[in-house]
Amino acid sequence: MIDSFLAIGLDVWDWFPADMQTLLFIIGKILLILLPLLLCVAYITFAERKVIGYMQSRIGPNRVGFRGWLQPIADALKLMFKEVIIPTKSDKYLFLIAPVLSIMPALAAWAVIPFDRGVVLTDVNAGLLYVLALTSIGVYGVIIAGWASNSKYAIISSLRVGAQIVAYEIAMGFALVGVLMASGSLNMSVIVEGQAGGIGSWYIWPLFPMFFVYFISGVAETNRAPFDVAEGESEIVAGFHVEYSGMAFAIFFLAEYANIILISALTALLFLGGWLSPFEGLLAADHWLAGTSFFWFFAKACIFAFCFLWFRATFPRYRYDQIMRLGWKVFIPVTIVWLVVEAVMVVAEVGPWAV
Amino acid sequence: MTIIDFLFFLFASGTIASALGVVASKNPVHSALYLVLTFVSCAAIWLLLEAEFLAITLVLVYVGAVMVLFLFVVMMLDIKVAEMREGFVSYLFVGFLIAFMMLALMVYVVGPVGPDVMGIAALDNATRHTAEYSNTEALGEILYTDYVLAFEIAAIILLVAIIAAISLTLRRRPNTKHQSPAKQIKVKSDERLKIIDSDAEELK
Amino acid sequence: MNAIKYFIKSFSFWELLKGLGVTGKYFFAKKITVQYPEEKTPMSPRFRGLHALRRYANGEERCIACKLCEAVCPALAITIDSEEREDGTRRTTRYDIDLFKCIYCGFCEEACPVDAIVETHIFEYHFEEHGQQIMTKEKLLEIGDKYEAEIAANKQADAVYR
Repeated sequence: MIDSFLAIGLDVWDWFPADMQTLLFIIGKILLILLPLLLCVAYITFAERKVIGYMQSRIGPNRVGFRGWLQPIADALKLMFKEVIIPTKSDKYLFLIAPVLSIMPALAAWAVIPFDRGVVLTDVNAGLLYVLALTSIGVYGVIIAGWASNSKYAIISSLRVGAQIVAYEIAMGFALVGVLMASGSLNMSVIVEGQAGGIGSWYIWPLFPMFFVYFISGVAETNRAPFDVAEGESEIVAGFHVEYSGMAFAIFFLAEYANIILISALTALLFLGGWLSPFEGLLAADHWLAGTSFFWFFAKACIFAFCFLWFRATFPRYRYDQIMRLGWKVFIPVTIVWLVVEAVMVVAEVGPWAV
Repeated sequence: MTIIDFLFFLFASGTIASALGVVASKNPVHSALYLVLTFVSCAAIWLLLEAEFLAITLVLVYVGAVMVLFLFVVMMLDIKVAEMREGFVSYLFVGFLIAFMMLALMVYVVGPVGPDVMGIAALDNATRHTAEYSNTEALGEILYTDYVLAFEIAAIILLVAIIAAISLTLRRRPNTKHQSPAKQIKVKSDERLKIIDSDAEELK
Repeated sequence: MNAIKYFIKSFSFWELLKGLGVTGKYFFAKKITVQYPEEKTPMSPRFRGLHALRRYANGEERCIACKLCEAVCPALAITIDSEEREDGTRRTTRYDIDLFKCIYCGFCEEACPVDAIVETHIFEYHFEEHGQQIMTKEKLLEIGDKYEAEIAANKQADAVYR
């Protein structure tokens, strides 16, 4: 019975032309990445409410399902059934396309993220550049949403975001240049393999300032607290998504959390050796803790995702001029100085460059 | 028609359509967004040509930074569409002239125009590289060896432009009051409050 | 020296780390959430919830329509009409409290010379239609009859402090 179904399935598969088969195969792989990712996005909203609740001596949502585990599903269902209200005199098409523009880069960037040795959708050579380019497109969603909403709060927010993201992107790019100089490649898998050899050979140690700048710029890039002047509830209500409701609003929300996961995953890959085990070299090579595994990558990304939530629970919002000062006058000089230090180290062949 | 051909025609027509949109749309914000779309579909065509570094840099620099600031300015301006339309015909000639000159220049650089140079057939004739071939590395090698002087000169020109732009906006106005965040966060409690010793005075 | 100290402090994010430490500590601290419908916080005998009109043990209503509560009510929520009954006593014919106006200050309870109007422990109630927010004499007496034991106990508990 099962055999015959399988045979029919194979017949149907063979019936497709070769190009179509490749396309279907790629789409299948994309779904295999995106569906768990979207589940993660849904549950990081739950984790956020729980973590912030715990840090405020509360217990967070615990009513829907066992200990509140169905809360994100309930939220999604509620938002799906709400009306998407389009404000009068707004630019209708841009208004509706903005949420899509903001979630698209956050999801598309996962094409080059390796989950384990060889487990990656496309192992392109310019992977890091691709990620950088996509994260820089993300700002369009916010800017267009702000302009198309025909609302003063929204446009103030989108102007803030524009300036902020452009500023922090530069620091972020410089921090990535540091990683490039250390690994000598733009390919994500090569960058991770360059950090092989246990916790001591991760790039976080020689590139510690870069790591710091990168992660904090990542927080700023995702418009998370303490850099969330774009949303700034107390002054501009909700910023760029003040006019959005229902699923359009939910997509902005998804994009924000997808970006958090993306930045966490990137930091884990670039500075903490991705899927490599921290015990490599310390334990015997065949020990189960010393092997490469997707779970190392997941655990490392989780640490950073937790930091995002921790920051939000801890820090008050930055003032806008201080954000600008931090980006332009602190982070960019720090990264440039460290690039020079690194260049000297490369020439002198110290640290990870002593090859 | 292979998928590559299909993608080429898709993005090529996308580029042309959005480029037309830049000049044809009445709203300047829409024009700017069409320009972004033009850049993106151009980048996609470059990707098909295995110029992934250039393609991604186009998106990163022009889409990610330049057009954001551009959009920024356009969004804040209150542009009257009717005034924009004025003199359309008189500028049309100049526009066509510039377009023609650009075309002539491109033909001069690329060589004789024909289906074997610029058509879809040329795509099939192009040298294919293996997956290991790194476009970035090849570009870097040629930039820092053969064209190092030109590259450095371009870098210096850009640096000068940055400094000029900063010094243009940096005007000191003596009457305005500024905050200095650096000083603000450095401040200590004894600098905020000055306690003055003074003798008690009798009320008159 | 100060400058160096400041430099090190700012670049090591000392103050930020201290802040993270505080929230990190509370992450593991005991949670104070009360699971409301299942768990409830303790309530003072002086709690001022929904109103009630009390009766004497013999079933006679306490209220003598002195209108002190009506006079003292800062929100003008109480409306009283009165007339002489057949036995010559002064009683209310109407005793309405508009709960939309009421601010639950408890002045009516304080003003009452015969402990007739009281505020009970009931705070979980709702109205489904317009007009239901007017607590009439019948409704108030009904609540009073139902919770008389509790009301009396609370009065007793509070009496020591008066």
